[in-house]
Amino acid sequence: MKKSKPFWAFVILAAIVYGVVQFFIGSGLLNQYYSNLIITISINIILAVSLHLVIGITGQFSIGHAGFLAVGAYISAIATMKFDLPFILAIVIGGIVAALTGLIVGIPTLRLRGDYLAIATLGFAEIIRIVLFNIDYVGGAAGMQVSHLTTWTITFVCLFITVLVIANFTNSRHGRACIAVRENEIAADAMGINTTYYKVLAFAIGSFFAGIAGGLFSHNFYILQPGNFGFLKSFDILIFVVLGGLGSLTGSVISAILLTLVSTFLAQYPETRMIIYSLVLVIVMLYRPQGLMGTREITDLFKWKPAKGGN
Amino acid sequence: MDWLQQLINGISLGSIYALIALGYTMVYGIIKLINFAHGDVFMVGAFIGFYAITGWGLSFLPALIISMAVCAVFGVLIERIAYKRLRNATRIAALITAIGMSLLIEYLMIYIRGAQPEAYPADVLPNKAINLFGAQINSQSLFILLTSIILMIILQFIVHRTKMGKAMRAVSLDMDAARLMGINVDRTISFTFAIGSALAGAAGVVYGAYYTKIEPLMGVIPGLKAFVAAVLGGIGSIPGAMVGGIILGSVESLVSAAGFSLWRDAAAFIILILILIFKPSGIFGKNTREKV
Repeated sequence: MKKSKPFWAFVILAAIVYGVVQFFIGSGLLNQYYSNLIITISINIILAVSLHLVIGITGQFSIGHAGFLAVGAYISAIATMKFDLPFILAIVIGGIVAALTGLIVGIPTLRLRGDYLAIATLGFAEIIRIVLFNIDYVGGAAGMQVSHLTTWTITFVCLFITVLVIANFTNSRHGRACIAVRENEIAADAMGINTTYYKVLAFAIGSFFAGIAGGLFSHNFYILQPGNFGFLKSFDILIFVVLGGLGSLTGSVISAILLTLVSTFLAQYPETRMIIYSLVLVIVMLYRPQGLMGTREITDLFKWKPAKGGN
Repeated sequence: MDWLQQLINGISLGSIYALIALGYTMVYGIIKLINFAHGDVFMVGAFIGFYAITGWGLSFLPALIISMAVCAVFGVLIERIAYKRLRNATRIAALITAIGMSLLIEYLMIYIRGAQPEAYPADVLPNKAINLFGAQINSQSLFILLTSIILMIILQFIVHRTKMGKAMRAVSLDMDAARLMGINVDRTISFTFAIGSALAGAAGVVYGAYYTKIEPLMGVIPGLKAFVAAVLGGIGSIPGAMVGGIILGSVESLVSAAGFSLWRDAAAFIILILILIFKPSGIFGKNTREKV
């Protein structure tokens, strides 16, 4: 009973958010621009939360998340455009293929640590982009036509499932094993945790949800180009997680919302946007390296007793 | 003899990678930081060389020296502003700061002067075709190779024959012990950044003179590939960076020559992944075991 209370609070909160936004969209109070903005924010939250699992919980520094986003986006676009599959099925297929890619990438590279892992994941993301660039079946550099299928309801369902699965995973036995790997891999190994298994598992789950976000992302625009998934996209996702606080799920959700809003309003000034982004990143790292929230969650505020470290 | 020609082109491209990789490898060797902003120092160097040549009408050599001097100061500034506070920070914080600095330099450059590319004048380096065993070799490639080799010899001299070089080697071996021996660690690290950045600046001018086109985002891909070269040679090892750069450049040219020029960029990253999986310490690197 004690554990199910936050769960029901989350479900009720989610239902309220969904209902309010659906009411505003349905009644026409929100125009196309704003409803699109809300969908973009939701996709970014999915991305941020999926990377949070890899970096924040398991401590594996991946800077190639856009690669998995690209896999999900392209696979789901192929499923709907070339094979006429239903959209929901296409999203799931995109997620599964992205997870498989995550396994293929993760098994060899997760033996590496720290900087080397970061560079290897960056290299894999670049390879994925170059491969997409050179395949004529998906339009190569010119891109691929995709019909607009992403709606608020589907996006919200995906967002809800992502947050629920990752939050529950984090609080489970497996999540605690991942946190142990983050804190000290050798000690975790000595405690009998199969560190490789948990690192690959977290990586695959993160890739799966990045693939889901990819399906939503590709069907939210009319054209899909490999150029959308470069290093800058990975960096965008990374900054959500880092700014929110490495290890804080609510922190990455909050920073995904804030930064998406900021970058949308600065969309006309892309250089200024990037300067602000990078300055914020450097300043946060120099003066508050644990991010805005640290490893705390915003839900900690509602607890009676202050949470003691190492949650 | 098309292959020989491609190989020579590859080696001269590789020597540019090697010049950039030296900066990466020295900085990594001394403070264990992947200085992502290094590729952007290369870009700044190319622009300074461009302005020195077209604005002040200097020839190649003075432009090279000016660019190296300015980049050395620039590198030290980056180190003092951003990296110095990170000495005791976590690796992730250091890496993210480096990525942030890289983007900051790129977009400040775009903000200041716009994103449009510039073209180096074509006559910066003597351009003649030389016939060698039936292969047509451009004198520019030879010139680049020569410049790089001279710079690397100077670097070897500094590292192995001067007091500062000895201090650099000592600090990279054990920072605390070096401090106890009375070495000024901060100054040594700044000096390392200065040398690495000067080499990147030189690489920028050479790159501009050879490939003509320069733009604010030009540093990203050569920077990453130079990092691949540093890893390939064994990060932290100076001869490794030189050999790694030249191998990488040759492989790229041969991939292009084999008709897969669109896959050229992928080749570098595939090499990176393979080397990381099979021999993460690189060709010249030492195996280190992690201690608890």
